[in-house]
Amino acid sequence: MTYSDKVVRQFVVMTVVWGIVGMLVGVIIAAQLWLPQLNFDIPWFSFSRLRPLHTNAVIFAFGGCALIGTSFYVVQRTCHVRLFAPRLAAFVFWGWQLIIVSAAITLPLGITQGKEYAELEWPIDLAITVVWVAYAIVFFGTIVKRRVNHIYVANWFYGGFILTLALLHIVNNLSIPITLTKSYPIYTGAVDAVVQWWYGHNAVGFFLTVGFLAMMYYFVPKQAERPVYSYRLSIVHFWALISIYMWAGPHHLHYTAIPDWLQSLGMVFSLILLAPSWGGMINGIMTLSGAWHKLRTDPILKFMIVALSFYGMSTFEGPMMAIKTVNALSHYTDWTIGHVHSGALGWLAMMTIGSLYVLIPRLVGGTTMYSIKAIDAHFWISTIGVVLYISSMWIAGVMQGLMWRSFNDDGTLTYTFIESLAATKPYYVIRLLGGLMFLSGMFIMAWNMWKTMAAGTVRDIPVKEPAPGMA
Amino acid sequence: MLNSFWNWFVIILTLVNILACWWLLYWTKGISNREDGKTTTGHEWDGLTELNNPLPRWWLHLFNISIVLALVYLILYPGLGNMTGVLGWTQLKQYDAELVAANATEQAVFGRFGDMDPQALMADSEAGEIGRRLFANNCAMCHGSDARGAPGFPNLTDDDWLYGGSFDQILTSISNGRVGAMPAWGAALGGDDGVNEVVAYVQQLSGQNVDSELAMAGKARFNMFCIACHGVDGTGNQALGAPNLSNGIWLYGGSASTLAETISKGRSGKMPAHKSLINEQRRRVLAAYVKGLSDTGGQ
Repeated sequence: MTYSDKVVRQFVVMTVVWGIVGMLVGVIIAAQLWLPQLNFDIPWFSFSRLRPLHTNAVIFAFGGCALIGTSFYVVQRTCHVRLFAPRLAAFVFWGWQLIIVSAAITLPLGITQGKEYAELEWPIDLAITVVWVAYAIVFFGTIVKRRVNHIYVANWFYGGFILTLALLHIVNNLSIPITLTKSYPIYTGAVDAVVQWWYGHNAVGFFLTVGFLAMMYYFVPKQAERPVYSYRLSIVHFWALISIYMWAGPHHLHYTAIPDWLQSLGMVFSLILLAPSWGGMINGIMTLSGAWHKLRTDPILKFMIVALSFYGMSTFEGPMMAIKTVNALSHYTDWTIGHVHSGALGWLAMMTIGSLYVLIPRLVGGTTMYSIKAIDAHFWISTIGVVLYISSMWIAGVMQGLMWRSFNDDGTLTYTFIESLAATKPYYVIRLLGGLMFLSGMFIMAWNMWKTMAAGTVRDIPVKEPAPGMA
Repeated sequence: MLNSFWNWFVIILTLVNILACWWLLYWTKGISNREDGKTTTGHEWDGLTELNNPLPRWWLHLFNISIVLALVYLILYPGLGNMTGVLGWTQLKQYDAELVAANATEQAVFGRFGDMDPQALMADSEAGEIGRRLFANNCAMCHGSDARGAPGFPNLTDDDWLYGGSFDQILTSISNGRVGAMPAWGAALGGDDGVNEVVAYVQQLSGQNVDSELAMAGKARFNMFCIACHGVDGTGNQALGAPNLSNGIWLYGGSASTLAETISKGRSGKMPAHKSLINEQRRRVLAAYVKGLSDTGGQ
């Protein structure tokens, strides 16, 4: 019996490809915020249409391929079996690519549900549901036929992510189709807003946090060659994280038409979320104890440790921003954009990049990437890029918040909106530079992946026997 | 208000989830102890093993403190279903309190303007500064931050007024808004030829060089259709908001093609009413400021 790795290879290659595409679109819209003329007055090239394309591409195309691909690898290795229903897994790959392509066509055309991170219209939503169910069957089918008693912690996290995403996607996208390209949600007004942000925040929580923690739990101990720090901590933070996250959505709707009690619950659960979130960071970073010296020589571990540090920072920043008084300043400003990218670039992308550098050579019969120096260069250029990005957005965001809420004694605004925009412009240039650096790193990665794969040979790898006493 | 089922549903679900975190810590207590940092749990997957270090103490404290803070917050503020919270806070009360405070501050500033006549308001430097800010907050998005307007939005720094440039007329424009309707004359004028004749005459009125034969033909049509609003000599009518066509100042543009579009398809301009957006004492200061702009040519 051999592992079914072809689908993993496909997903890994497409992760890098979609990463470049999604980040390129991000760089384009960052440039448009600096120089609006760069939309060339072409409707499908305008900020409003490219922005959802950017978010969908980096979250669901780049992040999605990374999560599905690594989960197919990890679940086979840690269950010591071949993938359940490999042909269904191939369907998941091609289906997911088709969904991404249809998103890349419909969003610039302006076809949208108008719900953030759930813009895709109903026919694509239905396709997502079908592919996702197939994905769940492959993943849980493999868990069921595992040859070890215990289920490894990474698989709890992958499993939680898969189940919850199905729930979130279906509930938030319940709508009544009017035509092939237009539907209306079954919810109205404030209820629609609450459902949308229950979805929106849990997309962050379960897709971008729980899913990538799963990746972390396999690839960090693998690369560090150290045992996971604490089994108990993994149990505690897993259950606390998935139950508390569910409540946090209303913090996106502070000081709006939703009831006071709901806003309060969104805030307090976000605060409780801090400790469970940090549980994952501690378990990741402390797994390196006894192997700290490896950080000096191994740029892959550097990626992982910096990713975990950004994870810890973002999950501290998040609860703080969920506090009503802080939110009154930060909401609607670029601080939010900075926060999202410290998570998206600092945590998700860097954890993905680190994991793929472990994974890619192993998929083509090797153990290391073609160029370790290139990994190191990639590490530095992306780290500096993230720092430029988020610090410019912090400054811009806090500045905007302070300018917008500043009143004169006569009741007029101290600054007009255009003045706050003019003040933000230099920071938009710095952000663009940071984004450009991060994107450049992805090109280095693509080259390194190409070289590694060209030098390697694809052969079937026999399934490893479980350790004695584990069966 | 939630009905009693949903009220208790929210309260119980909230408390159960929060208290379950404590139960989780208690329940897993037996799993690890201080010695467990040295040996693994004995499980192994693909070469990966797990230690069983105890929960870091500072982290445990952090978790406990956040849970206590959450419960305290839910006692003080609304959160547990219909319970109002000990402090009685609501966002509407906070809004009302901030409004009262802001109104008091505003009154202290505007109080002395109440008795001033328009001349005095225009002369007052503080009123001028406030007027400038009110203009920047409320008017600049259409009339431009320099008040010189844009196509379709009048320039306020010249002395050409659609509805009159006295203080009272400006105040009325701000308070009640204005609707400027130029009907579409394309069909009545018999299509492009008729329109172009009128265009030539209108350009002649404002002193532009045109084909005089064409303008002559246009004059006949102008007298038939246009004088009712724009007057015999084309100088307009402020009571109707009909622009003066003879002074070379154009709301939409004075080129032949723009005028042809204006005449054949008509125009509808709208100055929104600001009565409900800007209170009266502010509107007076604003009107004085705008009048001042015109009197000084925008300086």
